[in-house]
Amino acid sequence: MSPMEPETVELKTSEDIVRARQRVRTCMIDHGFGLIDQTKMVTAASELARNTIDYGKGGTMRIESITDSGRTGMRLVFLDKGPGIKDIQQALKDGFTTGQGLGLGLGGSKRLVNDFEIWSEPDKGTKVTITRWR
Amino acid sequence: MDKIPILKIGDILLVTIQVDMHDQLAVSLQDDLTARIVKDHARGVLIDISSLEMVDSFIGRMLGYIAAMSQALGAQTVVVGMRPAVAITIVELGLPMENIQTALNVERGVEKLQRAMDTSDDGTKR
Repeated sequence: MSPMEPETVELKTSEDIVRARQRVRTCMIDHGFGLIDQTKMVTAASELARNTIDYGKGGTMRIESITDSGRTGMRLVFLDKGPGIKDIQQALKDGFTTGQGLGLGLGGSKRLVNDFEIWSEPDKGTKVTITRWR
Repeated sequence: MDKIPILKIGDILLVTIQVDMHDQLAVSLQDDLTARIVKDHARGVLIDISSLEMVDSFIGRMLGYIAAMSQALGAQTVVVGMRPAVAITIVELGLPMENIQTALNVERGVEKLQRAMDTSDDGTKR
C-alpha cells in the first residue's frame, strides 16, 4: 500500500464535517480498510470534527497513513486553539457535556478506534489523535 | 439549499435520507416534517436511512428528536433500513436508541406502523 502525503482539512462549519467524513472514507478505502473499519473511523472523525468546531471554535483535521512493523494504520489529528478542556477525565465520561450534545463524542470515539490520545490545556487548545490499524 | 423530500403514502409520511447530512439540513428536516405531519394529518412517519453510510451522535439525536416531536403531534416514527456496519458502530459509540422504534426495511416499517395505528383506532389491541 503506497503511503499518502499527510493532508489537512479545515474545520469551521458543519459542511466541513461532511467534507472531513468523505475524505476519511476515501482514504480508508484507498488503504484497503474493510467496511466496518471505515464506518467506525468515519463516525469517530465526525464526532471529533464536531467537537473541534463546537467547543474548540474551529481548527483542523490532519489525515495520514502510517506503517508500523508491517501494519498499515490511518491516523487523524484534530487540533484547535480553543478554550481547552479543564478536566479531561470528566470529558471522557459518557453523558458529560458542557454543550447541547449527548456527551458521547470523546468517550464514544475512543471506543471506535485502536489508539486514542488527547492533549489539552486551558486557553491553549486541544489535540486529539486517533489511529485505526488494519 | 437542498432539502430532504417527504412523500405521503396514505396516513404515513416517508422520508428517505439520501445525502450525507450536514447539521443545518438535519434541523430543516425537523421543521419540514413537523409541518407536514400537521398539514397532511399524518399518523405515522417512516425514516429510511438505508443510504446513510454512518450515523453519529448528532444524527442519532436528531432521529430521537423527530420521534419525540412526531409523538407529540400524534404520529409514530419508525426508522428503517439501518446498515449492519452502522448498527455495529452506534452500539460501540454508545448511542441510546431506546426511544427510537426501528424495523429492518420499509415494508416491515409500514407493517409496524399499521399495527400501531390499528391499535389506536379502537383503543384496544387486536
